[in-house]
Amino acid sequence: MTRKLPATDVVIVGLGWTGSILALELTGAGLNVVAIERGPWRDTATDFPPAYAQDELRYRIRHDLFLRPEQLTMTFRNNADQTALPIRSWGSFMPPNGVGGGGVHWNAETWRFLPSDFELRTHLVGRYGEKFLPEDMTIQDWGITYDDLEPHYDKFEYLCGTSGKAGNIKGRIQAGGNPFEGARSREYPTPPQKQPYGPTLFAQAAREMGYKPFPQPSGNLSQAYTNPLGVTIGPCTYCGFCEWFGCGNYSKASPQTTILPALIRRPNFEARTQCEVSKINLDKSGKRATGVTYVDTSGNEWEQPADLVLLCAFQLFNVHLLLHSGIGKPYDPRAGEGVIGRNYSYQVTSSVDAFFDDKIFNPFIASGSIGMCIDEFNGDNFDHGPHGFVGGGYMGAVQTNGRPIQTARTPQATPRWGAEWKKAVAKSYLSSYEAVTHGGCYSYRDVYLDLDPTYTDRFGRKLMRLTFDFHENELKMSTYLTDRLAEVVQKMGPRQLDKHPRRGHYDVTVYQTTHTCGGAIMGVEPKTSALNRYLQSWDVPNLFVMGATAFPQNPGYNPTDTVGALAYWAADAIVNHYLKSPGPLVQI
Amino acid sequence: MRMRNLATLALAACAIGVAAARAAEDNQAFEKIERGRYLAVLGDCVGCHTAPGGKPFAGGAALETPFGALVGPNITPDVATGIGAWSESDLWRAMHEGIARTGARLYPAMPYPAYTKVTREDVSAIWAYLRTLEPVHNEVQPNQLAFPFNVRRPATSTWDLINFKPGVFQSDPAKSDVWNRGAYLVEGLGHCGTCHTPKNITGGDRSGEALQGALLQDWYAPDLTADLRTGIGNWSTEDIVRYLKTGANSFDIASGPMAEAVENSTSHMTDADLLAIATYLKDRAPRSAKTAIALAHDDPRMVAGKAIYEDRCAACHISSGAGVPTLFPRLAQAPLVQSTDPTSLIRVVLIGSRAAATSAAPTAPAMPSFGWNLSDTEIADVLTYVRNTWGNAASAVQSTDVTTLRGRVSR
Repeated sequence: MTRKLPATDVVIVGLGWTGSILALELTGAGLNVVAIERGPWRDTATDFPPAYAQDELRYRIRHDLFLRPEQLTMTFRNNADQTALPIRSWGSFMPPNGVGGGGVHWNAETWRFLPSDFELRTHLVGRYGEKFLPEDMTIQDWGITYDDLEPHYDKFEYLCGTSGKAGNIKGRIQAGGNPFEGARSREYPTPPQKQPYGPTLFAQAAREMGYKPFPQPSGNLSQAYTNPLGVTIGPCTYCGFCEWFGCGNYSKASPQTTILPALIRRPNFEARTQCEVSKINLDKSGKRATGVTYVDTSGNEWEQPADLVLLCAFQLFNVHLLLHSGIGKPYDPRAGEGVIGRNYSYQVTSSVDAFFDDKIFNPFIASGSIGMCIDEFNGDNFDHGPHGFVGGGYMGAVQTNGRPIQTARTPQATPRWGAEWKKAVAKSYLSSYEAVTHGGCYSYRDVYLDLDPTYTDRFGRKLMRLTFDFHENELKMSTYLTDRLAEVVQKMGPRQLDKHPRRGHYDVTVYQTTHTCGGAIMGVEPKTSALNRYLQSWDVPNLFVMGATAFPQNPGYNPTDTVGALAYWAADAIVNHYLKSPGPLVQI
Repeated sequence: MRMRNLATLALAACAIGVAAARAAEDNQAFEKIERGRYLAVLGDCVGCHTAPGGKPFAGGAALETPFGALVGPNITPDVATGIGAWSESDLWRAMHEGIARTGARLYPAMPYPAYTKVTREDVSAIWAYLRTLEPVHNEVQPNQLAFPFNVRRPATSTWDLINFKPGVFQSDPAKSDVWNRGAYLVEGLGHCGTCHTPKNITGGDRSGEALQGALLQDWYAPDLTADLRTGIGNWSTEDIVRYLKTGANSFDIASGPMAEAVENSTSHMTDADLLAIATYLKDRAPRSAKTAIALAHDDPRMVAGKAIYEDRCAACHISSGAGVPTLFPRLAQAPLVQSTDPTSLIRVVLIGSRAAATSAAPTAPAMPSFGWNLSDTEIADVLTYVRNTWGNAASAVQSTDVTTLRGRVSR
């Protein structure tokens, strides 16, 4: 039996980056906010203190911070001709769990998207013509511009204390920064992190080739920083335990290190942890959310009524909740109609391994986002005309870690096990280097999310089904990017260089990135998007959906800066427009 | 006739200018109640009289003393379980003389040896404020001492003859008004000495050693004198104000019982009162002119401690012991680190501790526990190293002290 709780103004599903930002802004506007979080409360000193934060076995191999697939998973297939099977151990992406969400275990690579990324279809069709795009590619404009988002990027970066070097301040190109980036209103809050040897060599080689290398913007801070909420973040110690790990030193930007200490002081905020929302409830009209139903660890079911529902869970679970709650029309790939589950996208990464005889790189001096990058081959920064594909990515020498269990680079043709393998690992650990490309992934008609016909979760709900494969456009892009990267790395003077462009079918068992995107995208009309430009549901105006769920396709950058900026953008719209006159913020 | 008499009286009162005085005594006057609320904050009444998660002033958590536990009673105006049946003079007597309404002596866990210095006017304002609280029915058994300490204390007790001198604070005309306000707060409502003054065998303040640092509840409340090594001699008045207002300054971050004092009390004080407290504290003589000599860096304990420090501590506290202001306390030339008694240091390494959170400095960073993966000898060595490096000098920490405290804090 579901027990009904007293109503609140706002209920937030998921207390990660976006949930924390929305809770802060809406409690600031005087509303009572209840955040419901599936996982546990997480705190630096008790959950990932320096005494054991750097435990690769516990966090990387055994997935300590992540959702357990037995609690909730999804099924996967490469295409509609296959039968999807449940993912029983996370592989290609890592669904977060617990307070702080992905903000706890990210690498903290803090990129803005390019201005053209937000008007992608218009831009590409304008430059290359409609026919240049693959027929089944379903890329769209976002319904907002970079300029709309700029103040909100700025706000998120100053919340985090992001370390970097601006490349464009108010239209003026800045030496040492990324000359391709959109105009920023001011410099980064803190200077870039120190660069180790590998990125320094890469930058030198790139400069000699006429490129404009710049330090990767980092949420692992170069120096202590106190943000506008009065919360202090420490300086990074370059331990290289960032992605998959919580930071023991308070030096990685996360909800814990930037927002929560201020948020939990507010009497109009409440968090309920280890409570899993199973459904968003609608009234009889189906056009108004009345709150959510959730289940606690004892299996008791509760209904939390609220005037405003904010869906702030991880991208995949946002879509699952929408599908399960019957909000919006589910996407049908055959008819090409419907919006929930449409335009799922991912990331296309690749690497170049270089082996040296005369260089020591000390890979353990690392941070999730120190490195030197070039952006000449991202988005539409180069002429795609001769290449027959669209899209791109940043590339560079990013020294994220030299962790002992998994740093085992060996030259191609080395045996996969045995004495020769061991010898090669030992020889290569200090003297090899991996450079990477971080390519975008555009959306397609046959890539989508829907409910699985066979498998159910422990509540008896249908699991969500992921149908995804790489398309020729992206594989061509990956080959091109990897070749360009290899040219720079070759200039660093390796004995041997191995290229690993993305090839073949998407493999859900091998880690690539956790940048799953789309499925309930923002846009200009309800026929092709689930959300309007303010991330408000077209169908249920008192429901807003945060996160990368709203990306119509995925550009060649890491998503978090844009996820944070969109959360501030939506919060601004809710506080300054929606609350004054609750209802649709965009009339159609 | 009666009306007329009243009117005449009122008129007379106005005529002789008594009306203002009468209004000041009106326990319903907002200004008086608000002043009482602030005075209750200065006295941190809520600290002892509120249980964790409980209603404010409706009875507290157990205060562990060497003689057993005492619990702050319910001081809401509930007649049955609070102080609803009390009069203002009952409160005055309790605060000024340490005698309850029943006529029994209070235990000095209620800091009446300090509160006796509070003026009648201030007690009256506190009373007016306490009367405005919502009465909460909550039965508290304040006295949980072991025999023989639990026997009701007579109004005239030997303890009080030795340890207690009643009397309202007398200002020193040779000092400034700011200094005197500071002295009134530190010695009176602020009751700093309750924790920071060493105690004699009966639990009373040791005369002549005020604010020199003392042990209680397995914390060492540090030296507040102007001693350069163990006290606050190197802190400016601004440093002291910042510490009390925000819980952190470039020297230290409040933790343990002081974190509570900052959160409940000092962070809500006016800047004028904080400046007064700092002015008074800065003007006090150092604890001792005694210098200490640092242990030799090649002492085996120092060598072992340095290795542990570099592995376990340096990531946050930095190899130079400089720490990070408001986040990781500075260890180099830090008074608490060089305290005569290392109990607080041992404690935070063993079981960790969370810093104070205030509106001005909400971060509340926490020291994690190392008790589970450092042995008693390792903890003693690393603390010995920390206490004798970067210009620090203090006695070595004994592993037996770590063993004892481990037994106590992990009970």
